[in-house]
Parts: sequence; structure tokens; C-alpha cells
Amino acid sequence: MFPKEFSTGKKGENVRSDCWVRIKTGTGEGRKIYVESKVSTLFGQSIEKLIDDMLDFFNITDCELELNDQSAFPFVIMARIESVIRSVGLDKGKKYLPEFYGEIGDPMRERQRRSRLYLPGDQPKLFINAGIHEPDAIILDLEDSVSPDAKDSARLIVRNALRSVDFLGAERMVRINQLPLGLKDLEEIVPEKVDLILLPKIESPDQIKIVSEKIAEIKAAGNIKRDVFLMPIIESALGIIKAYEIASSSKDIVALAIGLEDYTADIGTKRTDEGNESFFARSMIVNAAKAVGIQAIDTVYSDVSNSEGLLASVVEAKSLGFNGKGCIHPRQIRVVHQGFSPGKDEIEKARIIVLAFEKAEKEGLGVVSLGSKMIDPPVVKRALQTIEQALNDSLIDQNWREENG
Amino acid sequence: MDEKDKFIRNAAGREVLIEINREEHFPYKGVGKHIPEGNKAAPKINSCSQFPDSGDKRVESIKEALKRSGLCDGMTISTHHHLRNGDYVANMVFDAVAELGIKNVRWFPSASFPIHAPIIKHLESGVIHHIEGSMNGPLGDFASNGKMKGIGILRSHGGRYQAIQDGEVHIDIAVISAPAADPFGNANGVRGKAACGLLGFALADSQYADKTIIVTDNIEPFPCIPWQIQGNNVDHVVEVESIGDPEKIVSGTTKLTKSPDRLLIAELAVQFALEAGIVKDGFSFQAGAGGTSLAFTIFLGDIMRENNIKARFIRGGSTTYLTSMLEEGLTDYILDGQTFDLDGVRSMRDNPNHQNTSPFTSYNYHGKGNFASMLDVVVLGATEVDLNFNANVVTHSDGKLLHGIGGWQNCLFGKTVILPLPLFRNRIPVIVDKVTTITGPGELIDVIVTERGIAINPSRTDLIKKLSGSKLPLRTLEELKAEAEKICGGAPEKPQLMDKVIAAIKWVDGTVIDIVRQIKY
Repeated sequence: MFPKEFSTGKKGENVRSDCWVRIKTGTGEGRKIYVESKVSTLFGQSIEKLIDDMLDFFNITDCELELNDQSAFPFVIMARIESVIRSVGLDKGKKYLPEFYGEIGDPMRERQRRSRLYLPGDQPKLFINAGIHEPDAIILDLEDSVSPDAKDSARLIVRNALRSVDFLGAERMVRINQLPLGLKDLEEIVPEKVDLILLPKIESPDQIKIVSEKIAEIKAAGNIKRDVFLMPIIESALGIIKAYEIASSSKDIVALAIGLEDYTADIGTKRTDEGNESFFARSMIVNAAKAVGIQAIDTVYSDVSNSEGLLASVVEAKSLGFNGKGCIHPRQIRVVHQGFSPGKDEIEKARIIVLAFEKAEKEGLGVVSLGSKMIDPPVVKRALQTIEQALNDSLIDQNWREENG
Repeated sequence: MDEKDKFIRNAAGREVLIEINREEHFPYKGVGKHIPEGNKAAPKINSCSQFPDSGDKRVESIKEALKRSGLCDGMTISTHHHLRNGDYVANMVFDAVAELGIKNVRWFPSASFPIHAPIIKHLESGVIHHIEGSMNGPLGDFASNGKMKGIGILRSHGGRYQAIQDGEVHIDIAVISAPAADPFGNANGVRGKAACGLLGFALADSQYADKTIIVTDNIEPFPCIPWQIQGNNVDHVVEVESIGDPEKIVSGTTKLTKSPDRLLIAELAVQFALEAGIVKDGFSFQAGAGGTSLAFTIFLGDIMRENNIKARFIRGGSTTYLTSMLEEGLTDYILDGQTFDLDGVRSMRDNPNHQNTSPFTSYNYHGKGNFASMLDVVVLGATEVDLNFNANVVTHSDGKLLHGIGGWQNCLFGKTVILPLPLFRNRIPVIVDKVTTITGPGELIDVIVTERGIAINPSRTDLIKKLSGSKLPLRTLEELKAEAEKICGGAPEKPQLMDKVIAAIKWVDGTVIDIVRQIKY
């Protein structure tokens, strides 16, 4: 066998919770392992054991393996090592998977998706504590935030994270790459209890079809019954025009999102604070989504330090009919939730309507009325949602009926 | 002599040395259990006839001042750390000591910093026998690797005052760098290009040393007011080109941490203090300038503003955030132990309600009370905490000596002590079975706030009762420890340490609470 050599990962003073791995095979000198770790005093033995276990698992007896570890968590070390083993072609199609951290609940079609926190797939240090900031969802991103040469390794890090990292109840989303690379992502991601897959740069129902077929194939092969929901991201003029066709192309689609950076470039303009350039596109997304009965999700707000600007943009998105917003920093999550929370007046109006509705139900009346005014069913439905939201956000307590507004 | 004979198990359950560098010390006996007897140390009597009537005590160099002070082998020389990582003076002093051919000096700084790395050559050549004071950065590494001749002794700021006052450490020559001074030796820290705010850490040195030398780069005509260091205690005054690098003494501005996790921990700590009923009109708190404690101060300020609550005093660590709280009327006073930025210096100079303090007033345990025990709430850091709430601030989990004690032990006497800590740093869990070095007893530590839950010391039944029904994530230390270990890939391995003792850790009353051993290479 000719010697082959590959490396992946990050090293250097400023790297945190990550590692760099190099493998050289065909040296004819047996196993040689070199470990340099920032935590060697406290985890040196367990790291060496992990490496031995992995080389045993892949049945590799002849290689030089070098690990430069900057306090990476075990699932990261595993992914980086597996990645170089794949690169030298010694994986034999096997996967070295960490244990699931615990029970993972089933995906839910109807759930709040106000905030979704983007986590670059190649930055595992950001994964560990993402859940403590209580986003409705986390997105492990394999697309724009990962450079082309890091994609293979990131794919395994994300796969391992889906098993190892407790996101504390946040919906587990992955943004895959554009097709066809995205299909490779699906092979690793779909079996790992992912709740939802974000599909970037969608402009035709055909793309949805390709993804759906691939997912079905992976599920059938692995005998997986679990739902995998989809959220197409529309990022072009053509996509906007076809928004309804896309939204209605699969029953697994639970939300439709817009990405404005690419969209504004596509129509030959720039994003402004006022957002006139994207008003049509955003309204199209909302209308297409609502026509199908799914959620409409707005783009991200990129000025991390400006929480007032973010709040204003959330309030505006809510008023347009959006149900959620992307977050690129944990500190944005609370502001986004605040923006989507019902205001005091809104809650009080909803309270009166819900009380009237409950009274009408009790009395067996088919029509809900307040004074002389009849209340339409959709208004009742929205009032019920508002009360539920206010309860969720602790804006009212369980005794809300008794409160004197 | 067999080293093993000198170990004794103290009240914290640690085997400690009580003969250190051939001096006898007491083992730790428990909080408030060691009651000292006898009189304080007394400085020598002097006569004005030996000093110039003109009041001009200037001599031409540090070397000359040391010579005139009668420097000999084996003496103790002290310095202070108000110039922090910008200090030039300690290095100049020991270069002069070396040039004079002196050996085996005990360096007794109130703290050392990475800028003092050049001191290593004097430790290697035998000019300095050992350091008693915090050893950070390169000096900590040097000591951790067993290279220091003698055993280091670490004390809190209050413990340092206590040791000097009780005669446990006799200072032969105190060298006090001063941003402003007059030829008589009156000195302060509020003016000059090296302005650092105050000189409180050097107070005991000026009161108890046999000889005191002021080193300044900003001589003013008599009188230099305010005189936090009084010229009547000073023997010599030396003018030098520069005593320190202003950029590294105080920062231009203090920046809030950007870490979302740390900010969350600080918010949880503030919410806890609020729900515990601690944050109310007339309360007091200790403010730090470190990442999480600075964030705590800022979020606490927001809560006070929202709820129209005013503090009576804040003990700092002053920063621009603290001075703006004073100026805004959110507190009546700042009682300041050290200033961290230029606004702190300005405020101390110009605002009479921004009062300089010293370890004597704030922290000394062998006195008739101190300020620390009056604080309603204190937030402090730690490298490790064990399941009994005992905490470590001086070593890391790998056994390396890396931090000083500062005012940490002294502040444990505050009414409610909160340690806001990340549950793990990189991959290293913070909650452990047994802390590497016990620096503070768990009975004085009330609450551990982490990003994944808050643990209340079971002895604080009052806090547990107050917080019952709270939405805050209250958990036990055992639960938090288990969660951290699951994330980090199991409990860490035990670091291998050598037999050689490299440092002793003092409790606030001068007793030995723990020792630090040499690490393996």
C-alpha cells in the first residue's frame, strides 16, 4: 500500500474545544500515536483509549496518528478522527457513533418556531451550551458557515452532535448544503433523530422531490419510522414566484423561510433598514405559507449588538404575519421571543374573547358574541393562541380567567 | 529533618505543613476558632534628628536608598501591586538588590503579575529565596515546577495585613511605588501619569516596616494631598523616570464580557439576589471587575434602576460602571479597594463619596471588625467547588498554582456569598469530589450559580425557603456535577503530584488551610 496522509481540524493557541488530527497510513511500522492535549493531565488516558478503540473498530493496525487537542469534547475528537480515516479510505463504510445522550422526543409538526439559533457546523464549541439560552430551535449549519474544505469533517461533527449534545428541548434542525452535496449530508443526518431539515436556495418543487425521495430511501434502508420535517428557504426571485408551489409540494414541509441576503442580490439591490426592497418577497412567503397552513419564518437580523433594532425588526415581522426569526447569536433569542410575545392589550382582548367563547360553549350556543358583536371563529382561534402564548411566556398565570384586566 | 514529621491534619481535613521556611505556623482550626493573643508588632522608634528638617528625603537611586536602609542578606522586602501588570518598580528593586550582591531575600509583594517574569532570574541566582504573595503567570509556573528555593506563602489581602500587624511577617524594607509624592514622602495614587487610584495595599507596609522607600515619577512640592501614605512613616524618596506603563496599570475602559454563557450566569445570579430579597433599599454589595462579576454589577444596576432601589454602599473594584452608578445616585458611596479604569481614578480623585479603603478597614480579620462582613451580597469566582461548597481559587484542576487569593477569602464573610461559575471550562468540570486546594471553607459559601442550575448551600435554610416556588433552576451540586461529567466525557483523571510542597495557603487568621505540591512535568 502506498502511504497516504490526511489532516483535518483546527490547531493553534486560539482554538477552543476543538482539535486537529493527522493520519498517515502504509508506513509499515505499526500503530504510532502522538497526542498533545491541553487537558492531558485530566483526560490524557481517556483520549488515548478512545484513539485505540477507534483504530481497533476500523481495524487499522498500521498508521501514524497525531492529535493536537485544545480541550475538544469526545464527540468532536471522534468526528475528526473518523473524518481522516474516511479520507484515507480505511473506514470500510463503517460509522463510529457516540451513544445518544438520552431519550430524544419525537418531532412535532405544530410547535413554536419563533427563534432558531444558527450554529456553524464546524464550530462545535458553540454547540454545547446552545440549549441553555432556550431557543425554540437550533440549526446545525453545514451550508454557508462551513468552508468547502471543512464540509466532510463538519458533517461528522454535526452527526455526532445530534447524538451527543443535549439541546435541552430545542427543536433539532440541520441546514444541509445545496443539492447535490446536500444529499450526502442527508445520509449522515437523517438516521440521527433530526427533527427538521432546512433546504437552502430552493426555487422549484423538483428540488423538494429529490430531497424527499432521498430521505424516504434512507428511512427505508434504516427502518426509520420517525418524521423528518422540512423547511425550504427561498432565496431568489424565481423561488419567491414559486413559493406556493414549493410550500405545497410535500406534507413534510412545516414552515417556509426567506433568506434576504441572496434574494436582494438576485433582484439587483441591497438590504436597507426600511426593507422596501423585500416587502413583496416577504409578503409572498407569508401568503404562500399561510395558504398551505404552515409557518412563515423571517430572515436573520445581522447586527448582533443592536437589540433595539432587532426588537423593532421582530415586531415588524410579526405584523407582516411571520411566526419566527433566525438568530445568529444567543443574546438575540430573548429579544426575539419578546417581540413575538403578545402585548398587554392583545392579551386582555384575547382574554375577553376566550371567556365569551367558553361561556358560549358551556351554554351550547353556536355563536360567540361580545355584547351585540358577533365574534368570527378565526378571531376566537387567534385569541386562544394568544392566551396559550401568554401562558407559555409567563405573561399570565394559570388563574388568568380570574384576573381583572 | 524528616519532612513528614511536620505535617499535621487541620480542621479542613488537609495534611498541612506547620513549619514553613523554618518558621512555625498554626494549622487551620475552623472559621473563627483561632483567637490570637498578645500585642501587635510595633515599628521602631525614630527621631526627627535623624531626618532633614527641610523635609526633603530624596536620594538619587533605588540602590542608594536600599543601601541606606541597611539591606542585608536574608531580609524581607515588600512591594505593592496597585500598578498591576504595568509595574516597573519591583523589577528595578530586585535588579538593584542583585547588583548589591545580596542573597536570600524574601520578596513580600501584595501580588505579583506576569510583568514580574524577570524576577525569575533572581530566584534562580539565589538573590530571592522565596516569594510570599500571589504568584501569577510565569512565577506561578516556576513555583509549580518546584524551582523556588523556599516555600511560597499565599495570603488574602486581609491576611497580608494581619500577618504584618501580628508580627508574623516582619518587613525590613518596604518599597512603595507612588504615582504622586512629595519630598517628605506623602504619597497617593490619584495623580500622575501612572495614576492607579489608591495605595491601600501598601498601608501596612508603611506602618510596620523598619524602613520605607517611596519610588515616584511624579514629585510634587510638599504637601502632596491626600496622603494615603504618610511621609512621617517614610525614610527615603526616590525619583525615577517611570514607575509603570499606564496602559497596563488601569485600562482606558472596562469592557463587558461578550460570552453569552457568562452573561446568562450573571443574569441568573442577579435574579437570585432579587428573589432572595437581598436587593432592597440601603443594601450593599461587593463589585468585581472580572468577566462575570462585572456583568453581575451591570445587570444589578439595571434591576435597581427598574425597581427604584438604591444601595447604601458598594465595595469595589471600581470601574466606569460603578462610578456611573454613584453619579446616577444608585448608591451613596463607593468604598474602593482598587481602581480598574481611568474613570475609577477620576471619580476617586474628584468625588468625596468615592472613598479609598485599605485591607485594614475592609479585610483585616485581627481587628475590631471589618467592612467585608457587613456586605449584603458578594459575588466571587473560583476554579473549583466541591460537593460541600468548599472552593479553590489558587490552583487549577491540574494542580498548577495560577492565581492569588486577593480579597476572596475576606469577602466570604459577606452575608450572602454567591459564586457564579461556568459548570465546565472548556472540557474541565468545575464541581469536583475534592478541590485540589481548599482556599475557602464551604460553610461560608452560600450559592453556586451556573448556566445549568443554581445550588443553595443546605445550611442556608432561609434562602431555600425564600426561593421555594421560584422559576429559577434550583438543583443540587450532585446533580450539576453529574451533568458536567456527562458532557465532558466522564470524571477527570487525578493529576499526579510530587511530594515536594511548593506553597502554603493561609486562612484569614494566619492559620494554614492547605498546601500546594509540585506538579509532574
